[in-house]
Amino acid sequence: MDANTIAWLILLLPLASAAVILIGTRRAAGVSALISTGSVIVTFVLSLVLLAVPADATAQPLSWLNLGEGLTINIGLLFDDLARGMMIIVTGIGMLVHLFSLGYMKDDDGKARYFAGLSLFMFSMTGIVLADNFVMMFLFWELVGVSSYILIGHWYNKDSAADAAKKAFLVNRIGDFGFMIGILLVWVLTGSIYFDEIAKAVGGVENAGLLNAAVLLVFCGAVGKSAQLPLHVWLPDAMEGPTPVSALIHAATMVAAGVYMLARVSFLLVEAEGAAHAIALVGGLTAFVAALMATQQNDIKRVLAYSTLSQLGYMIMAQGIHHGSEAGMFHLYTHAWFKALLFLGSGAVIYACHHEQDIWKMGGLRTRMPKTFWTFAIGTAALIAVPGTSGFFSKEAILEAAWHDESGFAKVAWALGIAVAFLTPFYMVRLFVVAFLGKPRTDHAEHAKEVGAIMWVPLAVLAAMSLLSPVLMGPLKASGHVAFHLFTPTGLLSLAGLVVGAFFGWKLYTGRDSDPISIPLFANRFYLDDIYQGIVRVFQDFVGLTLDAIDRYAIQPLTTRGPALGALGLGYIFRAFQTGNVQAYAFLFGLGAVIMLWLLVF
Amino acid sequence: MDSGLTLNHFLAISGALFAIGFAGVLIRRNIIVIFMCLELMLSAANLTLVAFSRFNTTEAGLPDYNGQVLLFFIITVAAAEVAVGLAIIVALFRARQTIDVTQIVSMKN
Repeated sequence: MDANTIAWLILLLPLASAAVILIGTRRAAGVSALISTGSVIVTFVLSLVLLAVPADATAQPLSWLNLGEGLTINIGLLFDDLARGMMIIVTGIGMLVHLFSLGYMKDDDGKARYFAGLSLFMFSMTGIVLADNFVMMFLFWELVGVSSYILIGHWYNKDSAADAAKKAFLVNRIGDFGFMIGILLVWVLTGSIYFDEIAKAVGGVENAGLLNAAVLLVFCGAVGKSAQLPLHVWLPDAMEGPTPVSALIHAATMVAAGVYMLARVSFLLVEAEGAAHAIALVGGLTAFVAALMATQQNDIKRVLAYSTLSQLGYMIMAQGIHHGSEAGMFHLYTHAWFKALLFLGSGAVIYACHHEQDIWKMGGLRTRMPKTFWTFAIGTAALIAVPGTSGFFSKEAILEAAWHDESGFAKVAWALGIAVAFLTPFYMVRLFVVAFLGKPRTDHAEHAKEVGAIMWVPLAVLAAMSLLSPVLMGPLKASGHVAFHLFTPTGLLSLAGLVVGAFFGWKLYTGRDSDPISIPLFANRFYLDDIYQGIVRVFQDFVGLTLDAIDRYAIQPLTTRGPALGALGLGYIFRAFQTGNVQAYAFLFGLGAVIMLWLLVF
Repeated sequence: MDSGLTLNHFLAISGALFAIGFAGVLIRRNIIVIFMCLELMLSAANLTLVAFSRFNTTEAGLPDYNGQVLLFFIITVAAAEVAVGLAIIVALFRARQTIDVTQIVSMKN
C-alpha cells in the first residue's frame, strides 16, 4: 500500500464502521462492539505504518467544492510529522478506550449506539488531524462537536447527561462561530484556506491589526474545544458521559483538537504577536483558575476534569509563547497518555464501587484493587510532574519556554504556571489519599473488587506509556525534545511546588473522613456557572418579553386579531340590514333604484 | 288632442299609480293586497308605454307602435305571473295558515 491509500483508509475506516453499525448490526450489540474495536485497531496499525512512509509523500486530494475565482475547497490529507504524531495519540488512546469500553459497557443497553458513536468520533478527530485546509478542519471540527454530543448524552434518560450534552454543544458553538469568522478573515487576508499557502502568504500581510483579530477569532475555536476560560464550563459537566468517553474526549482527543489546531497554525501566531500574548494569558489563567477549582471538588471525575482544564491551560499557554508551540504539543502528547490512564483508572474505581463517584465514599482501595492502585499512582506521579515521569519533561519544557520569552505577558504566564505547579500536587495527592488510602468509608468501597483483564490491561499499557513516552518520542514523531533542567530557577521552583504541594496534600488529608478545609468559592467554581446561567436567563427573559410584546402589539393587531375584529364589526353593521322583513328589503331595493336613477339622470 | 290632455298628464297619473302601488307593497301586510299592488305598478308602467306610443308620432303621422307591442307582451307575462303568484300564495296559506307577511319569517336568523 502506498501512503495515499493508507491515509485515506485511516480516515474512512471509522466512518465505515459507524455506518455499518448504524445500518446493519445495530441489533447485535456484541458484533457492533467488535466491528468498532476492530476498525480502530486497524487504523492504529495503519497509523504506525504511516510513520514509516517517506516524509515527502502526499495524498491525492478529493475535490469537494469549486467556488470559482480560484477558490477550490478540497478534502485533502496532510500527514507531516505533526499530524503523524497526533494520529498515534488519537488512534492509540482511542484503541485502548475501545478495549476498556468492551468491559465497562458490557451490559449497557445502548452498546451498539455507543460504539457507533465512538467510531464516528474517531472519524471526526482523524479528519481534524489530517486536514490540509481550514474549511475541511472546520467541517470535522463540527463533526467532533456532534459526536461528542452523542457520546456525552449517551445516557440521555438522565436529565443531567442530556443537559451536559446540550451544554457542551452550545458552548462549543459559541467558540466555533468565532472560528468560522476567523477562517474567513484569514482567507480575506492571505487569499487561501490551505495551510501551506497561508504559511507562505502570511508574511506579506500588511494590516497587522486585522491579522491579530483573525488569529484571535481562530483562537476562539480553540477556546471552545479546548475548554479555556471563559468557555470552560462544558468540560466538567461533560463528565456525565460514560467514563471511557471522558477519557477519550476530555483527555486525549477532543480537547486536544484546539491545541493541535493552534500548533498547526503556529506560523500565524508568530506573525500576530498581540494575539499570541492574549493566548498565553488566557492559557495561564485557565491553568491557574482550574487548579484552584480542582482543590475543592469531591467527585473523582470532576477533580480529573479540572486538572485536565488546568493542563490544557498549560498547552494553550505554550502556543502563545515564543518558541513554545513545540513544548505545548509535547505536553499534549505526554498528557494524553497519563490523563487517559487517570480517567480509565477512575472508571475502574467507579465500576468497582458500583457507580459511586464521591471520593469521600471510597477509601482503602489500595489493598482491594492493587493493579488499579499502582497504575493510578503512576498516572498521578506523571500529572504532578515527579522528575523522571513524562509529565515532568513536558511541563518543564513549557515553563522553560515561558521563562525564556522576553515579553512581560510571558512572564505573567510563567508566574501562573509556577503557581499551578504548587496546586497540582496538592489536589492530586488529596484525591489519591482520600480515594485509595485509609479505611473504606462505605460498603461499596469495602466490597470493591479488582476489575477484569480487559480493563486493567489498557491501564497497564497506559501506565507504561506515562513513564516511557519521552523515550518513544523519536519513533512516534512527537514534537518536542527531552531536556533536563533541574537546576534553573524554573526547575527549582516547580520542584519546590511538587514537594510543598504534595506535603500539604498528604498532611491535611491522611486519615480524614471529611474535608478539613472548605472554600465555597472554589467548590462552586467561582460561581461562573451560576453567573452564566443568570446571564442566559436574563437574556432569555428579555428576548422572550420583547418577542411577546412584538407579537401582542404589532403582529396580532395587524394580521390576526385586527382583521378578525374588523370582520366582526362589519358583521354587526350588516346584520342590521338583515331584518328578515321582505318589505324592508323591497324598500331598500326601491331606494337603491331611486338613488341609481338620481345619479344617472342628474 | 282636442281634449287638451298632454303627455305630462298621463305621466303624472302613471307616476301616482306607481307610487301608490309601491307604497302598498311596502306597508301592507296582507300578501294578496301586496300582490294587487304589484299589479298596480305594472299597470302604471303599461300606461306610460301607451302614453308614449300615442304622443310619439312617426313621420307618417301614425303612433309609434313599438310601445304598444311591448305593452301586450307585458300583459301576457303579467297574466302568467298572476297565475303562478296566486298558486304560490295558496300553497303558502296551506302550509302556514296565514297570509300575513310579518308572520312569514322562517328565513330570519
